[in-house]
Amino acid sequence: MKRVFPLLGGLTAVLLSYALYQALVVAPTDQLQGDVYRIIYYHVPSAWTAFVLFFVNFVASIVYLIRRSAKADMIALVTAEVGVVFCTVVLVTGPIWARPVWGIWWTWDLRLTLTLVMWLIYVSYLMLRRFSSSGQTPVMAAVLAVFGALDMPLVYFSIWYFRTQHPSPVIGGGGSIDPVMLRVWMINWAAFLCFALMVCWSRYRLERLQREVEEMQALESMIEPRSAR
Amino acid sequence: MVPSDSERFQHGYRPPVIVINDLVKHFGRFAALRGLTASFDAARIYTILGDNGAGKTTLLRALAGLVRPTRGCISVLGTTDLSSVRPQFGYMAHPSLLYDEMNGMENLRYFARLYGIEDDQRCSKTIARVGLDPELRRPIGQYSQGMRQRMSLARALLHDPKIFLLDEPFSNVDVSSAREMVKLLAEMRDTGKTILVVTHQAQLLEGAADEYVRMQAGQIVDRTLELQPLRSPWQGQDPHPGGAEER
Amino acid sequence: MSMLSGIAAATLSKDLRLEWRSKDAINSMLFFALLVVVIFSFSFNPTAEESRRIAGGLVWVAFLFAAVVALNQTWARELRNQVLDAYRVSPAPANALFLAKAFGNFIFVSVLEALMTPLFIVFYSLRALGPVWQLIPVAVLGTWALVVNGTFFAAMSLRTRSREIMLPLLLFPISIPALLAMVEATSAILTGEVSAKFWIVLLVAYDVVFTTGCLLLFETVLHAE
Repeated sequence: MKRVFPLLGGLTAVLLSYALYQALVVAPTDQLQGDVYRIIYYHVPSAWTAFVLFFVNFVASIVYLIRRSAKADMIALVTAEVGVVFCTVVLVTGPIWARPVWGIWWTWDLRLTLTLVMWLIYVSYLMLRRFSSSGQTPVMAAVLAVFGALDMPLVYFSIWYFRTQHPSPVIGGGGSIDPVMLRVWMINWAAFLCFALMVCWSRYRLERLQREVEEMQALESMIEPRSAR
Repeated sequence: MVPSDSERFQHGYRPPVIVINDLVKHFGRFAALRGLTASFDAARIYTILGDNGAGKTTLLRALAGLVRPTRGCISVLGTTDLSSVRPQFGYMAHPSLLYDEMNGMENLRYFARLYGIEDDQRCSKTIARVGLDPELRRPIGQYSQGMRQRMSLARALLHDPKIFLLDEPFSNVDVSSAREMVKLLAEMRDTGKTILVVTHQAQLLEGAADEYVRMQAGQIVDRTLELQPLRSPWQGQDPHPGGAEER
Repeated sequence: MSMLSGIAAATLSKDLRLEWRSKDAINSMLFFALLVVVIFSFSFNPTAEESRRIAGGLVWVAFLFAAVVALNQTWARELRNQVLDAYRVSPAPANALFLAKAFGNFIFVSVLEALMTPLFIVFYSLRALGPVWQLIPVAVLGTWALVVNGTFFAAMSLRTRSREIMLPLLLFPISIPALLAMVEATSAILTGEVSAKFWIVLLVAYDVVFTTGCLLLFETVLHAE
């Protein structure tokens, strides 16, 4: 496994630079929006990557609740962390794109709002992990992840209906997708997924080492009273 | 390897009530229990001794199913599914585990419901058994510490469990109350209960306790039938040099 | 099942009796609710027409704040003297405790709402143009939506540092669809312009999904240590 990691790193570097080249040079300039639209080659694949990571987090949380395996918990932790980073990229690039194109920073668009709510839920997930006392963190976090997943369809329908009642500037949907655009998106997505996998992997190894160290320290320490529980 | 129940019966043994195998519990960077292995038999009073942080409270909480072990296995009355034997535990913690704003009878009536007991007679009998007045209308918050601990003991023995896990039952209790509680424990031991008492005042249990279990740094370091001479002067004053029988 | 409801009823009546005896929470909560209404009222001082449009949002945000303060008290009594441990060592089902606490909170928050609503009506001179009776299902379903998850997350935040702040951090993001539904339904009823049906259905769905989720997972949370 150790030899796979540098290979993955190399692959990620190649894919990312190829994707950059594709996005900035190969993809045609948009007739209406000009070059500024090229940010969607980062915006959209980031969103997809974040969704994939959150889905993995959900599956890992379920597995943890059933099997109580520390591995599943660590996977849930790292995918949530990396997912929040990608989600943040989506939420930052969205307004940067929206401002010059539609003249507004933010709109309660279905996808945008869904992403925002997802981001809020996963930030609260990370907060919970940070603040709960160590032995119980995995259980609490897994339960919250399940609740977050239950919430998503409800968020989707509520915003979908909310939007039909409150018309806002027409977004995207402008005609069919150019096959070149789709290809560049896919290349970027593949690059981002590789990158996410790499980051998750090293974060996972770090987390595992940290837990091993903690366990060693626990066994070595002459136990402090730690307020008789 | 612990012999199976049938093997033990064939040899005229009673199976141990509690069997603990390589129990480990971490709280973050702290290990409260570090590979503890032990067994406890029926109809005996065990006094568990040790410094603060030796893991005594955690041991009791793990047995009661209140903390989930990091590793290792606990078997009680022949099962490792502790939630199925919950009715067999009488647990008393350092705090009273009672509602301060209600009187003794109201408290016991509520806890009786949790065990499916609807019989008020049984509650008042239990209160009388620990030497308190069931008619007392004062809320628990106004009880003296000794009365509160006795009421707490009443809560623990209300549902007639087979195993008692008592954490510091005599702390801040006057000596005469403590003697009465010990007498009650001895009576229950004689009816076949397994009683584990964590205490700093081992001398109160002398004569009643069947065995002294000393814990240190999350492990059992010593089990003796007599109270040992102690390193810490406040833990007792009854030296029997070399007279202890190793188990 | 009868054991579940029996223990839930015993726990609920015990909680109500204790609350009645001390009246700690209810008094401070009532005053808090009054303060929220007054502050909201002079912060936003709209005309009757405007107030119809914004009242849904104002009222529910005010209820939400009051509810969070109430929900934070849910488990306080069980923590004193570690009484919760006495419940946990007993064979009583975890869900009986959850249901008792959730119903207790429901009663509590409903009382607060019932007292805050007339004040809102007076301060904003509200008069609904839509079908008023629909406000009742919205209020009941909306309150249960806040309370069921609130009770659950309060139990989760018991085991965290800075417990009091943790509850809103967990509760608000998950409650977004429910909150949106309550606000939009109330506004729809007050203005009478659109139907509130969809939002009521959404609230029903939210309540069903999360009540089920809470009942499935509460035991895990209660015995997480």
